[in-house]
Amino acid sequence: MINVLLKTLNQKNRTIDYPKSTPVLPERFRGLPVIDRAKCIANCKLCIEACPTDALTDGLKIDLGRCLFCNKCLSACHTGAISFSQEHRLAARTREDLVLKDSSLNSLKLIESLDKESRRLFGRSFKLRQVSAGGCNACEADTNVLSTVVYDLGRFGVQFVASPRHADGLLITGPVSRNMRLALEKTYEAVPAPKLVIVVGSCAISGGPYIDHPEVLNGVDPVLPVDLYIPGCPPHPLTILDGVLRLLGRL
Amino acid sequence: MSLPAFKTLRNCQTIAIDDVPLVDTTVFRNSIITAVEGGSRICALFGVPRDRLDPQVFSKQLSRAVIRVFAVLAHDREGTLFIISTDIRGSYAALTPDCPQAHWFERELFEQWGVVPEGHPWLKPIRFHKTYNKTEDQTNARESMIGITDFFRLEGSEIHDVAVGPVHAGIIEPGHFRFQCHGEYVYHLEISLGYQHRGIEPALIGGPTKRTLHYMETLAGDTTIGHAMAFSHLMETIMGVSVTPRAKTIRGIALELERLANHIGDLGALAGDVGFLPTASYCGRIRGDVLNLTALLCGNRFGRSLVLPGGVAFDLDNTLVQQLKDRLRAAFSEVSAAVNLLWDTPSVMARFENAGRISKETAKSLGLVGPAARACDIVRDARYDFPAGIFRFSQIPVSTWDTGDVFARAYVRWLEIQRSVTFIQNQLEMWPEGKTETEIKNLAANSLAVSLVEGWRGGICHVALTDSRGLFSHYKIIDPSFHNWMGLAMALRNQQISDFPLCNKSFNLSYCGHDL
Repeated sequence: MINVLLKTLNQKNRTIDYPKSTPVLPERFRGLPVIDRAKCIANCKLCIEACPTDALTDGLKIDLGRCLFCNKCLSACHTGAISFSQEHRLAARTREDLVLKDSSLNSLKLIESLDKESRRLFGRSFKLRQVSAGGCNACEADTNVLSTVVYDLGRFGVQFVASPRHADGLLITGPVSRNMRLALEKTYEAVPAPKLVIVVGSCAISGGPYIDHPEVLNGVDPVLPVDLYIPGCPPHPLTILDGVLRLLGRL
Repeated sequence: MSLPAFKTLRNCQTIAIDDVPLVDTTVFRNSIITAVEGGSRICALFGVPRDRLDPQVFSKQLSRAVIRVFAVLAHDREGTLFIISTDIRGSYAALTPDCPQAHWFERELFEQWGVVPEGHPWLKPIRFHKTYNKTEDQTNARESMIGITDFFRLEGSEIHDVAVGPVHAGIIEPGHFRFQCHGEYVYHLEISLGYQHRGIEPALIGGPTKRTLHYMETLAGDTTIGHAMAFSHLMETIMGVSVTPRAKTIRGIALELERLANHIGDLGALAGDVGFLPTASYCGRIRGDVLNLTALLCGNRFGRSLVLPGGVAFDLDNTLVQQLKDRLRAAFSEVSAAVNLLWDTPSVMARFENAGRISKETAKSLGLVGPAARACDIVRDARYDFPAGIFRFSQIPVSTWDTGDVFARAYVRWLEIQRSVTFIQNQLEMWPEGKTETEIKNLAANSLAVSLVEGWRGGICHVALTDSRGLFSHYKIIDPSFHNWMGLAMALRNQQISDFPLCNKSFNLSYCGHDL
């Protein structure tokens, strides 16, 4: 017992004081992609051709819902017009908001919180049921991390619960495999209304690397109404936390 | 050792597809059974439609239904692989009754290609998808509904089934578990998967494409480095390209960081499952610190976009090396303190010891891999038996324990954590100069190669076959979980159902890596 107490003293208090300060992200972290059109060569489509999920399209529109934050466009570009910023705040309330016509730090639009009534209902206590529907366990793992002592999700009144009956909403990962469709729908039905749906990761938003596979449904949109989209492959835990807290009007 | 009917090859060696012995089905069957009795294990057993291998031969409709079945066996002690093939039309005598480790493979063969292993004791789907065999009569095509299948039944008074899943209580992937119980006592657990099926294997045919690497990185996202490495080794082998020592070193460090993060997380979760919260919360946090080391290296906590055919996409400079060293030292000292609490706490040991025991014989006959096998005193570690990349220069001793229970699986992880840390520290000391990327070439045509990498869950096996244009005519992925799910089922026999979370976590298998 004394040994456990001593070890606890040594391990110290590790909870970050977010949102008062934001932890330093690694230098190579790939956040919001930034395109400097001034450096583009006319008619060059190298980045568009290199993109594995067609997240980049003509006119250099970038769909964060498809983007895997993978570096392929960056390596393909000869002039260094594309870079990844440290910006981790990427969540959006609608699918259209994830398609950036001009991807730069200035054009960044942080999301609006829920309306007043929903904030009254969920703002101080928000219970989520997580469903993985074809997810690769990376989005799941970085969602799980929020419950560790580092992020200590509970202090915001947000918690993952074991039953959909106890939940205020679903947090869904994965491209929604056909084999998970029924289970996902049933879990949604089991959540008492009013309820929210949060989708995490490019798979759950668009299908990600599995876009247009006959075995998947290209994300949650075709199956359930979505209230919050959190892009990334997988999103950084801070990106997920930022999205959820902003939705609740806590940031 | 030599096995007459087989072609011998090494890990990451390219051979011509025509050099794979094609034998009669009886010889195929007998050779595999004899070899497994002699100490080999089945690494891969998979079918490819023959017309896909042989497009020049203009075949009639009848022969289109012929499936060429390849078997890759591994003899761990000898460090050699053996390959053999046969053509099967319709059905053949199942291997499983004489060779239990073929069980899951034969069910896969049946589900994918409609090849019937006659006499298979429990022939039913494993992933619940449509058959890949396009020539099967459409009216017979099995439109399988996920989870709708036969399950084992136990008869008697007060006997009951407990059905769990696909959606579980925690943040984990979906799968269905059926316990055949009498009260708390579990007679058997049957595991039914397939919920995560995303159709990766069919999507790889005709590749490599710009998405191929992303399939590898996400087929089991917690093993991003492991699978990306197995794929890259395979590509480089068939291309005839060798990567620089510096790239090999970075790959090795990333692979061991992946192992560290997952093993530390597992030990924390095991502590949580027996209600010992100090280690659970420390390890949960330290796991994140290790993931952040991978992010230091490549910007992503899971190692996305780091390993690619030809080398690695990110280099290390002196500042980063120093940071890695310092942060790893700190994390290791903290994890040592946290994990050693487990072994000193009687209430933890009382739950770990004797829970979910598997005998060495069972582990061998099921062909288990990874920490689950090493916890049964089986010396089986691809880094040691089939070294590739940096492990040809720098060996990691194999960690084993002999009790086969939850304690053994936890303790093997702790031994591996210590050895991985030493390995990474050594690599950071002797830092090879040079570039990190080598120019890649086209894949050689009509070739076959096998790649084995020891991921944190165990041996990952990838097999690629190329066609006359140097594109994939088939690509087979075997995640270690594919071998080990049956191990979990066996571990639950004669246990209390309340020990299921503990036993499950001691294996911590991949659902998506199995379902593909």
